[in-house]
Amino acid sequence: MNKKTKEKTLNTIVFIFAVAAALLFLMPTVLTLVNSFMTTSEIKANYGALLGNTAENRETFVSKNINLKFIPDKVTFDQYKSVLFRSPDYLLKFWNSVILTVPITLFQVVVAILSSYGFSRHPSKPKGIIFFVYVILMIMPYQVTLVPNYLVADKFGLLDTRWSIILPGIFSPFSVYLISKVMRRIPISYVEAAKLDGATEFQILTKIYVPLCKSAIVSVTMLVFIDYWNMVEQPLIMLKDTSLHPLSVFLSQINAGDVGLAFAVGVVYMVPTVLMFLYGEDDLVEGITYAGGIKG
Amino acid sequence: MKKEKGNLKERIFSYLCILPGFLGVLVFFVVPFIIVVYYSTINNPILHEYVGLTNYKALVQNTAFKQAAWNSAYFSLISVPLSIVLSIILALMLERSIPYKSALRTFFLSPLMVPTASVVIVWQVLFHNHGTINQICEMFGGNGVDWIKSPHGQIIIVAMFLWKNLGYNMILFMSALAGVPKDILEVADLEGAGKLYQFFRIKLRYLSPTIVFVLILSIINSFKVFREVYLLTGDHPVSKMYMLQHFMNNTFKSLDYQKLSAAAVLFAIVMIAVLAVILTVDRIFGKDLED
Repeated sequence: MNKKTKEKTLNTIVFIFAVAAALLFLMPTVLTLVNSFMTTSEIKANYGALLGNTAENRETFVSKNINLKFIPDKVTFDQYKSVLFRSPDYLLKFWNSVILTVPITLFQVVVAILSSYGFSRHPSKPKGIIFFVYVILMIMPYQVTLVPNYLVADKFGLLDTRWSIILPGIFSPFSVYLISKVMRRIPISYVEAAKLDGATEFQILTKIYVPLCKSAIVSVTMLVFIDYWNMVEQPLIMLKDTSLHPLSVFLSQINAGDVGLAFAVGVVYMVPTVLMFLYGEDDLVEGITYAGGIKG
Repeated sequence: MKKEKGNLKERIFSYLCILPGFLGVLVFFVVPFIIVVYYSTINNPILHEYVGLTNYKALVQNTAFKQAAWNSAYFSLISVPLSIVLSIILALMLERSIPYKSALRTFFLSPLMVPTASVVIVWQVLFHNHGTINQICEMFGGNGVDWIKSPHGQIIIVAMFLWKNLGYNMILFMSALAGVPKDILEVADLEGAGKLYQFFRIKLRYLSPTIVFVLILSIINSFKVFREVYLLTGDHPVSKMYMLQHFMNNTFKSLDYQKLSAAAVLFAIVMIAVLAVILTVDRIFGKDLED
């Protein structure tokens, strides 16, 4: 066998593996989507056993086994109707997620753009030290940072309010790290040229730095948003009042009750982030790539 | 890099830009953390007597803490290397000239942007006692296990972690692979070096800074896996899945500030030590790449 055909066969094998892997990656998302169009009774018949101990009596009606189904017998929007119009609880929790995640993302990115600009212009020793503190902070998991966050929230009487999650979230240093990596690569000659044209410092920031970092900013916005959209740790500790909990926490309790709705709720919950992904995938990839460049 | 000349006004502006973020970090993280360190060395919040390392000793002898620390460390030790190896394999696959590359990239990356909470029910269906995986096992004459409620639950958590994070790491490795100089590979080809040799002797060296980055990132992410565990099993998982965050949650509930503080400080020290070791090892072995 000559080299070329060998290469070709190898590519075919790799392609088959890649497709198989891609199907595995897509499966949970697609299954959630497809199952969300089933009727509630079909879901109960197939997945009733998930109810487990909480509905012992019901197990006599439904099959003991869980049957994973790819195609609904009958396509309906019943689940969505129930989620959107008949169960205000889900919408309320969805709103809780929005009202926590949106301000955190927005302000974290704004604070980060300002900070990164400050770090990348006129580097100095004090700035280096501050940045080092940020990096150390960035590697700290929630198990470390939640304790000081809790102390502050307790001191200022913020416990059991959304502020106890929003305020520390705004100052989380992850996006500073990523955006300053990109800003530091902007050649100083751009700044000098702008200054010759009479640009103020603020204009240099808004007219040169921000547009040049657009993909990094979009990318960071998406990553921060999905991270907080997924939040579980903070609400469990900061919010004893479960009516303030976001949907990401609430969904863990759903299986006990409404299995019939779980898929549709899941789909509704993934709509914002999946739309972001479809819209901004290229920026996301570019931003991730920048962040990975070690020498920056 | 060329040093920028600038007047005082510009310097002041650049510090003003840092100020809001820095104040926030001071108020919400740095200052309270110093208080946390202080709390970890006193006996109780009323008497404020200095007790040295007593709280730490009590912590490391605490059975629940030991269990949680071991489970979390065990999870990281399994999932982090796996995620590095598998994402390199994905990146190498997409490096070849195969069709639909950009669609495949999208598919691999997509779990990153799908909320875990949305799909947790699918994982439950797959791994339930009477669920899909067990049915497949039984079809081949095996015996199913109750995945979620048994020590095997760790496998589900590892799978969920990989599902979520492989795409992100893959992107990083893809860009690193694109940076391997083509001429070196061509020379290696001409001199008859096999693909494996080329990978281990050439590509891997160019990947090493990215491996370090992904390693650090994956360690950080591996401590967020509590989310998956919580969504899958709720407040009371089997002991094998009792993670550090569960321990912290329970300690928060009892408001034992001394235990909490000691745990946070100890964990912070461990994280810094791990980072220092990784960076030192990288400096020693990465030397010949610098020039």
